[in-house]
Amino acid sequence: MKYIYYSGCSLQGTALEYNVSTRAAMQALGSELVELEDWTCCGASAAEATSYLLAIVLAARNLALGERMEVGADFLIPCSACYLNLARVGEHVKQDPELLNKINEVLSEEGLSYKGGIKARHLLDVVATDFDPEDIDARVKRKLSGVRVAPYYGCQALRPYCSFDDPEQPQSMEPLIEALGAEVHPWTVGAKCCGAALMSTKKNVAIERVTGILAAARGADCIVTVCPMCQINLEGYQAKVSKTRGEALDISILYLPQLMGLALGLSEKELKLNLNLAFTDSFRAKLKTEK
Amino acid sequence: MSAQQLDLTSQAYESAASDAMASIQEKIQACMQCGTCSGSCPNASAMDYTPRQLWRLAQLGQKDEIFNSKTFYLCSACYFCTLRCPRGLPLTETIGALKRIAAAEGIEMYKSSIQFYKSFMDTVRRYGRVREMEFMNRYFLAMKNPFLPFKFASLGLKLMGKGKVSLEMPKFFGKGRLDAMFRKVEELEAKR
Ligand code: SF4
Ligand code: SF4
Repeated sequence: MKYIYYSGCSLQGTALEYNVSTRAAMQALGSELVELEDWTCCGASAAEATSYLLAIVLAARNLALGERMEVGADFLIPCSACYLNLARVGEHVKQDPELLNKINEVLSEEGLSYKGGIKARHLLDVVATDFDPEDIDARVKRKLSGVRVAPYYGCQALRPYCSFDDPEQPQSMEPLIEALGAEVHPWTVGAKCCGAALMSTKKNVAIERVTGILAAARGADCIVTVCPMCQINLEGYQAKVSKTRGEALDISILYLPQLMGLALGLSEKELKLNLNLAFTDSFRAKLKTEK
Repeated sequence: MSAQQLDLTSQAYESAASDAMASIQEKIQACMQCGTCSGSCPNASAMDYTPRQLWRLAQLGQKDEIFNSKTFYLCSACYFCTLRCPRGLPLTETIGALKRIAAAEGIEMYKSSIQFYKSFMDTVRRYGRVREMEFMNRYFLAMKNPFLPFKFASLGLKLMGKGKVSLEMPKFFGKGRLDAMFRKVEELEAKR
């Protein structure tokens, strides 16, 4: 399968390991990622807070670039916020056809036009929908047996445009985790909010969200995420959370393609696990003994 | 600039904001005050008005009440309320619209967020993409608050240890990569 790859800003910096491991894992699965040339920021949450039209056209610019490439492939987007911003354009144009004219009026400044014919999909959607767990199983080189994984989905990959999973009780990661030879940690907070950007504006509120998730992961060996924002909130404040709770809640936090990559035979280096802020020695030891 | 011009500008702002408020009022008309949104909101306990109360205020056009409260500001865009609202109202996006009014009017309580978003968008306009550290520097400079970086210090140090962010100073020269698009959007929005 071929996909147009939109990596986005976070994946160039704080989430570099998500970028590298997505490319590596998709290659190990036999997929081709075609880089979206000349891509620009999706608008993040900042554009929406300043201008609706700006938010829409910043995302639409990237879709227009993808259409222009004429490769007949969907977008693959690892970051949930980028995914939602790009997916939203098509949904809003459907509700408000007049919007398409406005978008194209602005895009003509860049010599671009958007037709509305291209699909923006999240990485999780792609790996859960386009791949048969049996095919993944067949490519596994190192079963992750004995590893207990808590699947964390977060918000914007699922809501409001829930096209591939149940937005209340998501399960799309479970067959995948089992195909890797690992066990699913049963919990009910996989679709709860991590606090998102409140971590920089209202830290105490976001810390409460993170505490709830880390506490529910007790008994698991790691949490896997599919979003840079979730990842950094869950990995970056564990010491603070443990101290306030008076209980050790530190746990390894991996991006989904990092976990997949480990099972697909890729090295820690190829998956940039050295960049994770929470990758515990006990988890590493477990991986070694479970060969 | 003369006093008269200033007056006109603020009047223009007022009317744009009251248009925006009227469109929110209209959007939220069908709310039946069932409280599903409040029950679904992960941050409701930290809010002064619950989401349900916020939507009642919006129906009544109580702009001051809304912008003196912390509710819209505490939304983390989890989309649970949007998903579950039995009336199918676009609640999370409407909170986005409230944030835009707060930004346009320079609501005091919301000031650091406005500056955060503005610095972010300046970086996007200039380079097309965001280099995280540079935008943070812009933000700190814009806030003129030397103590602010300490709020981010512990995570920043961890990230720096991983070589993920570098300490660079923003560059203030050159033509913006997305100037043309930004200008066109401003032009279209002024027309409305
Ligand atoms: S869930 Fe919808 S209808 Fe119910 S109170 Fe909230 S906004 Fe109103
Ligand atoms: S989208 Fe915002 S208001 Fe709605 S439930 Fe989530 S945090 Fe609460």
